[in-house]
Amino acid sequence: MTKELIHLQNISKSFDGQLILDDLDLTIHENEFVTLLGPSGCGKTTTLRIIGGFETPDKGKVIFDGQDITHLAPNKRNLNTVFQKYALFTHMSIAENIAFGLRIRKKPQSYINDKIKYALKLVGLSGFEDRTPDSLSGGQQQRIAIARAIVNEPRVLLLDEPLGALDLKLRQDMQYELIRLKNELGITFIYVTHDQEEALTMSDTVVVMNQGYIQQIGSPEKIYNEPENAFVADFIGDSNIVDGIMLEDRLVEIFGVKFPCVDTGFGRNKPVDVVIRPEDVILTENSSDELQGEVTHIIFKGVHYEMEVTARGYEWLVQSTKMYPVGTKVGISVDPFNIQIMNKPASEDEEAAPIDG
Amino acid sequence: MVKTKRMRGLFTLPYISWSLIFIVVPLLMIFWYGFTDKSGTFTMDNITAMADPVHAKALWLSVLLSLASSVICLLLAYPLSMILAARGEKGRSVIVMLFILPMWMNTLLRTMAWQTILEKTGILNTILQALHLQPLQIINTPYAIILGMVYNFLPFMILPIYNVLVKIDPSVINAARDLGANAFQTFLRIILPLSVPGIMSGITMVFIPALTTFVISQLLGGSKILLIGNVIEQEFTQAYDWHLGSGLSIILMIFIILNMIMEEIFDKNGEDLAI
Repeated sequence: MTKELIHLQNISKSFDGQLILDDLDLTIHENEFVTLLGPSGCGKTTTLRIIGGFETPDKGKVIFDGQDITHLAPNKRNLNTVFQKYALFTHMSIAENIAFGLRIRKKPQSYINDKIKYALKLVGLSGFEDRTPDSLSGGQQQRIAIARAIVNEPRVLLLDEPLGALDLKLRQDMQYELIRLKNELGITFIYVTHDQEEALTMSDTVVVMNQGYIQQIGSPEKIYNEPENAFVADFIGDSNIVDGIMLEDRLVEIFGVKFPCVDTGFGRNKPVDVVIRPEDVILTENSSDELQGEVTHIIFKGVHYEMEVTARGYEWLVQSTKMYPVGTKVGISVDPFNIQIMNKPASEDEEAAPIDG
Repeated sequence: MVKTKRMRGLFTLPYISWSLIFIVVPLLMIFWYGFTDKSGTFTMDNITAMADPVHAKALWLSVLLSLASSVICLLLAYPLSMILAARGEKGRSVIVMLFILPMWMNTLLRTMAWQTILEKTGILNTILQALHLQPLQIINTPYAIILGMVYNFLPFMILPIYNVLVKIDPSVINAARDLGANAFQTFLRIILPLSVPGIMSGITMVFIPALTTFVISQLLGGSKILLIGNVIEQEFTQAYDWHLGSGLSIILMIFIILNMIMEEIFDKNGEDLAI
């Protein structure tokens, strides 16, 4: 692993007596694309604002490259932020916006001019120098906000839901754009979003947060394929989360039916949460599978069909390229390695919170 | 279609008649009086009368005192508006209320209150004497007039500036800080330029009533200090020379229009800032 750049040590923060972050500990490495992912109110933006210097934690320290910057003013930190609402200076031209940080640092005019050109080219808006922020579309304004931040050559770029206000197509384009930028600049990106798809697409590391706690840290693949608890499983993608009993190693019982799986070390007859992704459920007609159900709902989604199958009182979400009409009796089976076994949450803190939107 | 159009026309009737009776007709009358003499023949004498040393001095003093009051109001109002804007929703309304509250009272009454405070044997000097300090001679000086103007018109400076300041997106200020600006640079390069429209309308709203006032100067300036407002008032109520009074009013109007044009120019530049 590369060098450690930012270390948040046991950060706690509350607003109006409400605990937003509780004993958060997070290490961010150099040249990493880290995404803080979670529902609104999970503390992800507060974490970003603490790194940016706009909030001071009640407890804990922010270590940046070996130095304690917990109480350092935002203008003295070697990082820049791209804000959710762009926050461009409307009384300045695009060139002046981009030059702002450089002028504060009293850079020579020729250097500033070069930087403006370079930054505008980097974000694909060459020739926009004399335009005003108001004459730009949302996507263009966001690019300018990024250009304005990166000309200062920060070691870390903080991005607070920068694509939140853009429409779907533009958002997808900008995702690739950001990955390209990150690779060209070779700096650390810390990205905040509630959009799990965005997080999976762009990140090296995803930090899933809920109610002020880190639920899981890992690569997008790991977060998706091996969620550590029901919250992560539910928040990242669609999931069937059902109660099960771990009978013994490699054998779990769901709705009275025994399923072979690959997990070990849970002990015998232990109640667990079982997570099965909708695309991993295999439906068969006239099968002898023990778990039998009936298709109750079907939607065509383009790439696949999405079906609801009621079996023993539980509605299974199933994604399949093969279509089974409503009313079809089907058998349900799952490949052993597609069954994720998780301990039931030990404390309330880890309990999955209702997710809206 | 025709019917709804006629209906819509009917709705504008009250406003049209209001502006005709109370704005257009009086204005025309002032112009008619201003450009005629007592026999009703056309003359420019009433206009050129402004060059008369007494009138010119009154106008010059009016402009000077109004400018001074505007500047003092601005210096008092800006920091206060910043404090107000920085406060949360909770404390805000109470303080704004406190500043609007005096406006519920009659201007005349409030100015007369200052008279009794500043008088030779008034409240201020009584207190100073009790403390064995030199009594102050403020009443009947230009300073008393400035004081009265500032006191009366300060809310008109606070409100527009405050309105502009609260609308500045906090993330814009955060962005400036994030880009390396310290608090002072952020103020100079971001907050101040963004608040220019508020400053300009504040100055207009203080300067124009200060320029035309005659009550404040009469009560706090005594009979010795004549502002242009007092001259015009005297022409109408004491000399009964409506022609000269109207002529001088027209000159005053030109000054006000100039001020408004200036504000318009600044607002054009900052049109998008006041959002």
